[in-house]
Amino acid sequence: MQTQSEPRALLEVDQLEIWRGERRLIHGLSFSARPGELVHLKGPNGSGKTSLLRCLAGLSLPDDGAISWFGRRYTGRIGAEARAQCRYLGHQDALKSGLDLAENLRALQALHGDSADVNPMLEAAGLENRFGVAAARLSAGQRRRGALARMPVSNARAWLLDEPFNSLDANGIALIACWIAALLSAGGIAVLSTHQPLPEPLRASVIELGDAA
Amino acid sequence: MNMAVASADVQLGRLAAALLRRDLLLAWRRIGDALNPLMFFVMVALVFPLAVTPEPDFMRQLAPGILWVAALLASLIGLNALFAPDFQDGTLEQQALSPLPLGFIALVRVLGHWLTTGLPLVALTPVIAVPLGFPAESLPVLLLLLLIGTLVFSLLGAIGAALTVSLRASGLLLPVLILPLAVPVLIFGARGAQMAMNGDWPSGPFYMLGFLLLIAASLGPLAMAGALRISLD
Repeated sequence: MQTQSEPRALLEVDQLEIWRGERRLIHGLSFSARPGELVHLKGPNGSGKTSLLRCLAGLSLPDDGAISWFGRRYTGRIGAEARAQCRYLGHQDALKSGLDLAENLRALQALHGDSADVNPMLEAAGLENRFGVAAARLSAGQRRRGALARMPVSNARAWLLDEPFNSLDANGIALIACWIAALLSAGGIAVLSTHQPLPEPLRASVIELGDAA
Repeated sequence: MNMAVASADVQLGRLAAALLRRDLLLAWRRIGDALNPLMFFVMVALVFPLAVTPEPDFMRQLAPGILWVAALLASLIGLNALFAPDFQDGTLEQQALSPLPLGFIALVRVLGHWLTTGLPLVALTPVIAVPLGFPAESLPVLLLLLLIGTLVFSLLGAIGAALTVSLRASGLLLPVLILPLAVPVLIFGARGAQMAMNGDWPSGPFYMLGFLLLIAASLGPLAMAGALRISLD
């Protein structure tokens, strides 16, 4: 019996099946995430972590099963009202090399109707002396920090992060962990994939992928 | 209800402004690429008489065709770079995840492309139309025809660019896909230019170009959004 105070799950995955070409990557996968919960996707390369995150974000369609976001069930493409509350960052930073970080992030924020100033986040990320520098001239770690800096100033309740700690140094990892912790304590959820051990203070429910095929 | 509609309009407006700002800024920072089609347009139109014959009567017959063929080919230059860079660096993923329609985003991006290629091309037209034998009083009509025509070229080219966004040989495939669709625009545009040169008001070509523009602008975004989503899946 669930108690009355048990919060409803923001994300529910129900019997999900994902194929990539001739290979069945994910089969019969079910899990859910309640407010404040972090989901850690684990598994060897090619086990479907990226495919799962892309399905959750609404970039690709699952071959079977359903995904419920914020109480709404989707068997096809994730609807606009759910996309408005999710932010996804894949392997690529989605930064135009000809623009500086602030210009890049402003263009990306407009896609989701976010309007909060990103400069405080860029300063927190140690990028205050990189203002006005084209993204092409930043290091991979600086680009990653910059790309993640629009997350904490968004209106999103769910973050989907594919290998967010890639090319980050220890400071960078601690900073992103701190941003994720702030989201969780505000009642949001995050789903992330990483091969590294989760940095403090994050605690996650782990989903092991790769044994379905 | 009205509040929700109004806020959706505000969001669409803000998104369009941000996309145009981004694209114009990128074009400005790579001004050489943006000037390429214009250079091509002027060169073709100016070199043609040298290669054929500078005889005015003969050139007047050829001029409308030369002008429109040059405009079409110049419009296609660089169009395969409309979606491909965003596809490669992950920006297109973010655009597809926007709660606002991907077709709208694609349409605004076509408009941005047209502002940096089609519109300057129309603005440059007097420079080459007069040497080709167009009388000065026919220029307003000619520019209006080209304004509509280049918009249709950009929209058609963008559909091709969306369809070929994930292909490596898109530069080869795109013109082959687009040319059959662009032929009606070419025919009616050149016919209209001929009529303008003779001092007639080309109402038929205007109706036809306007019709093609409406079709391309209404169905184009749906086609682009569908093609882009398939490439991302």
